[in-house]
Amino acid sequence: MVKKTRVIELADVVIKFAGDSGDGMQLTGTQFSETSALLGNDVATFPDYPSEIRAPQGTVAGVSGFTVHIGHKEIYTSGDLADVLVAMNPAALKVNMKWIKRGATIILDSDNFNEKNYERAGYTESPFNDNSLVGYNVVKAPITTLTQKALEGMGLDNKTVVRSKNMFALGMLYWLFNKELTPSEKYFEKKFKSKPALIEANKKVLRAGYNFAFTLQEMDVIYKVPPLQDAPKGKYRNITGNVATAWGLIAASQKSGLPLFLGSYPITPASEILHELSNRLDFGVKAFQAEDEIAGICSAIGASFAGNLAVTTTSGPGLSLKSEAIGLAVMTELPIVIVDVQRGGPSTGLPTKTEQSDLMQALYGRNGEAPCIVIAASSSSDCFYYAYMAAKMALEHMTPVILLTDGYLGNGSEPLKIPKLSELPDIKTMLVPEGTKEYYPYKRDPETLARYWAVPGMPGLRHRVGGLEKLDVIGTVSHDPLNHQKMTELRQEKVLRAVKDVPPLKVHGAQEGDLLVVGWGGTYGSLLTAVLELHQEGKKIGLAHFNYIYPMPTNVEEIFSRFKKIIVCELNMGQFANFLRMQHQKFQYHQFNKVQGLPFMVFELKEKFVKMLES
Amino acid sequence: MDMTNHNMTDIPVLTKQDFIPEGDVKWCPGCGDYVVLNAVHSILPEIGKKVEDIVFVSGIGCSSRFPYYVNTYGFHGIHGRAPAIASGIKIANPNLSVWQITGDGDSMAIGGNHFIHVIRRNIDINIIILNNKIYGLTKGQASPTTPLGSETKSSPYGTIEQPFRPGLLTIGARGQFFARLLDTNPKMIRDVLLAAEKHKGTSVIEVLQNCVIFNNQVHAIVTNKETRDDHQLHLVHGEPMLFGPNKEKGIIFNPKTMKLEKVIVGENGITIDDILVHNEKTQDYTMHLMLLQLHPPDMPLALGVIRNVDKSSYDELLERKMKEAKEKSKYKSFEDMLFSGDVYEL
Repeated sequence: MVKKTRVIELADVVIKFAGDSGDGMQLTGTQFSETSALLGNDVATFPDYPSEIRAPQGTVAGVSGFTVHIGHKEIYTSGDLADVLVAMNPAALKVNMKWIKRGATIILDSDNFNEKNYERAGYTESPFNDNSLVGYNVVKAPITTLTQKALEGMGLDNKTVVRSKNMFALGMLYWLFNKELTPSEKYFEKKFKSKPALIEANKKVLRAGYNFAFTLQEMDVIYKVPPLQDAPKGKYRNITGNVATAWGLIAASQKSGLPLFLGSYPITPASEILHELSNRLDFGVKAFQAEDEIAGICSAIGASFAGNLAVTTTSGPGLSLKSEAIGLAVMTELPIVIVDVQRGGPSTGLPTKTEQSDLMQALYGRNGEAPCIVIAASSSSDCFYYAYMAAKMALEHMTPVILLTDGYLGNGSEPLKIPKLSELPDIKTMLVPEGTKEYYPYKRDPETLARYWAVPGMPGLRHRVGGLEKLDVIGTVSHDPLNHQKMTELRQEKVLRAVKDVPPLKVHGAQEGDLLVVGWGGTYGSLLTAVLELHQEGKKIGLAHFNYIYPMPTNVEEIFSRFKKIIVCELNMGQFANFLRMQHQKFQYHQFNKVQGLPFMVFELKEKFVKMLES
Repeated sequence: MDMTNHNMTDIPVLTKQDFIPEGDVKWCPGCGDYVVLNAVHSILPEIGKKVEDIVFVSGIGCSSRFPYYVNTYGFHGIHGRAPAIASGIKIANPNLSVWQITGDGDSMAIGGNHFIHVIRRNIDINIIILNNKIYGLTKGQASPTTPLGSETKSSPYGTIEQPFRPGLLTIGARGQFFARLLDTNPKMIRDVLLAAEKHKGTSVIEVLQNCVIFNNQVHAIVTNKETRDDHQLHLVHGEPMLFGPNKEKGIIFNPKTMKLEKVIVGENGITIDDILVHNEKTQDYTMHLMLLQLHPPDMPLALGVIRNVDKSSYDELLERKMKEAKEKSKYKSFEDMLFSGDVYEL
């Protein structure tokens, strides 16, 4: 029997893996994206998982998903609706029907499609009988049984066998998308180094899935997404935003010559930064897991006082707890980076879901006049660069810098063009030169107003800092009214002068015209895709996307003036729009806000923009 | 070779004067803090550290103004958080001698969590708690160490909360060094501060200190002339636990009641050999806990170094692990790591 197979070339494709929390969908998705990246595709991923570690099996609450978008051209988002859905059980199918394209291919583990699981998923009747699957290309594969068959006689217990069924599904996808098995095989060899039986078993199941797909009549098409073209030449690696953040901080430590200290407390979705930095003791990184969020930042402030590049990492609730200590860093004018991987709020909110929740908190969430530099990363890979810049600006301006990323960027991944250290901008710390004889803690660089930095161990420069207001230059405690006014103004002016490091705002798409879309941080990919698509259709639409929130680029008014309408799009209720209303009052700002714990979909943005253009 | 002497050769001879900064000390006249400050000034030249390698850290409260009154590097932090700030300083630069000054409100209330965790980690810092059993800087509210029933501004009907005993809390957090002192005995403060600095790991020193304004004479039963001899048990490692005007009283362990009891040497057949001998070095917490529970008026208050046990400190272990990690690292450099693994070319 020879199967006739057609090959169809695609510019990009979106695949969604979905199953129970324990089904290994995150790993399957990661493997597929790593392999695609290694074979030269552009990749963007979106892990979407519940906050319970193992919700009741087979229920809708326990569905864990992983979306992979791969492209032949540069892609900016993890994709709207999927072309292919892998559903390991009825709950995964039920949850994801609204996230797939009409006519999409659905591969499901038919072994799990039974009465018991329909009931758990809340189906009143089998989805095969209720017409909900009409018009889709449904591939029913007995994945569990076939996995068991493939591993017969290997002497593995049934639990281990069933756990590897996700690799069967991965094998099927590799055939469908014409991918090599080698990268995943190498991964098994590394992961199960001490357990040769598991290497063998996973390889067998992966190949079994691949071969099964080859023989399956329903899968008579294979899709090819050719390698990325027009990408800047260089070496790449697929990286999550959280790892990129950690590495950007290490790069800043190397470049500045200061040891890196992290004071942090575990919190979703920021913990991976703590994990990654804890693993880098070999580069002298000291990662201190503190007893709480407050101790996390206070230990970092201590380390900064002692002359380290000091960082604390957290998410929204943790940033709330750190407020008072950020004020202390503002007052003592010590460099410190605060990374906030934002998630749905308020309170515990939606720990595993993304939201641009903390902009106002980052800008204003402190007692007194306590300005900080606030910047935001806009893609998983540029977390590296903005973490680096956060450290550079903190050290050069002697101030806390808040870096906002979010769950979507932090957990998602995409290729990073690996920079050489020599390509990164230099970092000039404010440390006083060796041999300095006279020192005043609040003596400042006349250009930047950053104070000079002497640290314990330096002879002859003993001084004391603290949360009480200090006398200008001299640094003794002062309650003098005019001195307080002056110091308040100096701290403010110092942060504003950091604008020298802020590049001018750029516009993508139309440079002037009818509608300017404004965004900041993690929504960049979806906003850019929507704007470029409409621009290509001839609409006079542009995108101005902010990475530097405070201080802001200097050319904002000039750009805003070139468009008839401005719409600010955010995953919150309009925090940046309100900030713009304060900073640049002469414009009228429309808003598009979404607070569902999900990124923007390109189609919903386009719909909104078209309406705006027509009205 | 005597390493200590060798290390000290490049340290200039320092005097007390080197540690007294310009400017006034702004505590109330008669405040017990002055005694501790004076003792600190006097021991710092003797700890074998350069003046620039010493850091004083504090939180908020009367006692937390301390760093402004010692001419070293200093950090006046925020309420309760000094242990975390001090931890960061010590971890960042293990060569520093780090001293944290705190009060009973700062360390036992708002900073309680940091207090127990710095002790649990055994980070090599010295914590001096100036315990006047009241909030002074906010003008007289009950603190976590205020005795049960005390009438204060925030407890006009008398407190209904059990007070913390810092020594018990320290041992509950697996502390390895704890000493209790009185602000009326500067000599003992000096000796204990030197012992605390020598101890590797977190050293907790509680000084019962008098607040002349808001809680005057709160420690009177231990400090006044009439009763002090019967209420102070000065512990010395290796010495029998004797007290009383003529050291005629002693402490024994009664196995029937499972309690420490006071006896008179020479009465009822008790000899000096029956008296417990203090062992600050024993790993077992039991005897130290029993000593910490002695309280006047029934029993004398245990003073001096109660526990002083050697255990690897956090900073020591971290430096060791870092050395190992560097030796075992797969990567020659950070750049080497960036370009290792699943890297591809476009």
